[in-house]
Amino acid sequence: MILESITHLSYLLAAALFVFSLRWLNRPDTARRGVLAGVVGMCAAIFGTIITPEIVNYHWIAIAAVAGILVGIPLSRVPLTAVPQRTAISHAFGGLAAGLVGTAKYIIWLDEGTLNGVRVAVISLEIILGYLTFTGSLMAAGKLQEVIPTRPITYPGQNVVNFILLGIAIAASVGLVMNPTAWQLFPVIIVLALIFGVMLIIPIGGADMPTVIALLNSYAGLAAVAMGFLLDNQLLITAGALDGASGFILAVIMCKAMNRSFTNVLFGAFGQAPKQSAVVAEAKPVKSAQAFEVADFLTHGSKVAIVPGYGMAVAQAQHRVREIYDQLTQRGIEVYFAIHPVAGRMPGHMNVLLAEAEIPYDSLVEMDDINPEMPQMDVCLVVGANDVVNPAARSVESSPIYGMPIIEADKAKLVVAIKRSMNTGFAGIDNALYTADNTLMVFGDAKKVLDEIASAMRESSH
Amino acid sequence: MESMGNVDLDHLFAMLFVLMLSTFVGFQVIQNVSRLLHTPLMSLTNAISAIAIVGSIIIAGEQKDTLSTVLGSVAVFASVTNIVSGFLITDRMLKMFKQKEPKA
Repeated sequence: MILESITHLSYLLAAALFVFSLRWLNRPDTARRGVLAGVVGMCAAIFGTIITPEIVNYHWIAIAAVAGILVGIPLSRVPLTAVPQRTAISHAFGGLAAGLVGTAKYIIWLDEGTLNGVRVAVISLEIILGYLTFTGSLMAAGKLQEVIPTRPITYPGQNVVNFILLGIAIAASVGLVMNPTAWQLFPVIIVLALIFGVMLIIPIGGADMPTVIALLNSYAGLAAVAMGFLLDNQLLITAGALDGASGFILAVIMCKAMNRSFTNVLFGAFGQAPKQSAVVAEAKPVKSAQAFEVADFLTHGSKVAIVPGYGMAVAQAQHRVREIYDQLTQRGIEVYFAIHPVAGRMPGHMNVLLAEAEIPYDSLVEMDDINPEMPQMDVCLVVGANDVVNPAARSVESSPIYGMPIIEADKAKLVVAIKRSMNTGFAGIDNALYTADNTLMVFGDAKKVLDEIASAMRESSH
Repeated sequence: MESMGNVDLDHLFAMLFVLMLSTFVGFQVIQNVSRLLHTPLMSLTNAISAIAIVGSIIIAGEQKDTLSTVLGSVAVFASVTNIVSGFLITDRMLKMFKQKEPKA
C-alpha cells in the first residue's frame, strides 16, 4: 500500500516536472534548468516504476538499459548538422517502443483470456501509430542522411494506394475489436502499419522534412498517450500529450511558413512534375562577383543581413559565417541573421548551427522582424538559401511556392548570393533573385567562398 | 490493476480528462517557446515522451512469457536510448546559445 503511494507520488512529481521543464525551455536563459527538471522527472518516473511489486525480474531490464545507454551516448554527440537525422531516429525508437509494448500487452492478455473490445481498440490504435511512426521515421532519417534518395518518389495513384493500406489496417482492427481473440489479424495490422509508414514518407522531399519531422514527433506522442490508456497510467498520458501537442504546434508553424496545409504536405508531393511548363525563364544575364569584391561591399556598408539556408549546413559553413560576422562587427557594422522558419531540415535548425558557431542569439532575427528592415540593409548575403528568398512567392501566381512568406532579400540595396551553381533549388523553381539588377552571384562551395571573403577582409584591415 | 477490464466508463472518462487537460497545458506552454529553441524543444520533448520507459519496464519485468519479456526489453532499450541521447543533446545544444557579451 505504501509502496503504491510512493509510485503514485513519484508519477505526480514527474508529470509536474515535465510541465516545468517545457515552461523553462521558453527562454534561452532558463532553458538548461528545463533539461534538469526533465531529467529529475524521468528519474522519479523510473524509480516509481522499478519499485512496483509487479516487477519480478530486473535482469532483462538492466541489460536493455545498459545497451540503451551505450547507444544513446554516441547518438547525443552527432555533429549538429546531423541533428535532424538523430531526431528522426529517436522518433523511430519512440514509435517502436509503443508498438512493442502494445504487441506484448496483446499477447499477455490473449494468454490470460482477458481481452475485450475496448482493450483491443486501444491496442490497435497504439500499434498502428507506433509502427507507422517507426518505419516512417526511419525513412525520414534515411532521406536526411541521404542513404535514400531525397527527391520525392511518386507514382500514379499513390494516395489511393496509401489510403487503401490504412483502410485495410483499420478494417482489420475493427475485425479484431469485434472478435478480440482472432489473433491472426494482429500480425496483419502490424505489417500494414509498417508498410504504411514507409509509403507515407516516400513521396516527401527534403524541404518538407521540417513539417514531417514535427508530425512524426506528434505521432510518437500520441502513441505514448495510447500506451497510457492501455496501462492505466496517467503519467504516460500527460507526457505523451505534451509531446503530441509540441509536435502538432511545430508542424502548424512549419506549414504556415510554407503557406501550405497538412494534407498538401502529406499528399501533395512538392516539386512534382508538371509545374515548370509556364515560366521558362528568359535567359537573363547573371552578374557574378569575386570574393574580394564582396569583401569590399560588405565592409563598406553599415548594416548587413545574412540569410542562411540548408546549403550552409551541407557545406558546414557556419564557422566561416562566424568569421565574417566577427570581421564586420569589429568594424562597427551591424550584422543580422535573417532566419526563415523552414530554413534547414527541422524547426529551428539554423539557430542551433549558428549558436554552435558562437554567434550570439540576439543577432538572430525572425523573418517577420527582419523584413521591414530589409530596405535599410546595405548588403544582404544569402548563404545556401534558395526557395525562402525567392521573390516568385510574392509575384508569380503560377509558381508552386506562390503565397509562401519569404525573407525579402531582394529589397536590400545589394544582394550577394553564394551558390554552387545556377541549378534550381529543391522545389525546382527558377529564382528571379539571382538575375535581379541588384544581385551579385558568387559561384562555388559556400565554405570556400566564405573563407576567401573572410581572408580578403582580414587583409584589408591591415 | 485490471485496466478497462469491464469497461469502467467513469475511469475511462477520468483518463480522457487527464488527456484533455494535459493537451491544453501542452499547447499553452509550447506556444511560448521561442522559435530560437525549436530544435532543442523537439529533442527535449523526445526525451520526455520516452516516458514509454514506464510501460516498457513493466512489460519486461513482470515476465509473463518469454516473447512479451523480449519485446518489453527491446522497448526498454529504445526508451533508454531516447532518454539518454535526448537529454544529453538538448543540454549540449542549449549550452551553445549565448547572448552578446556586454561591451566592456
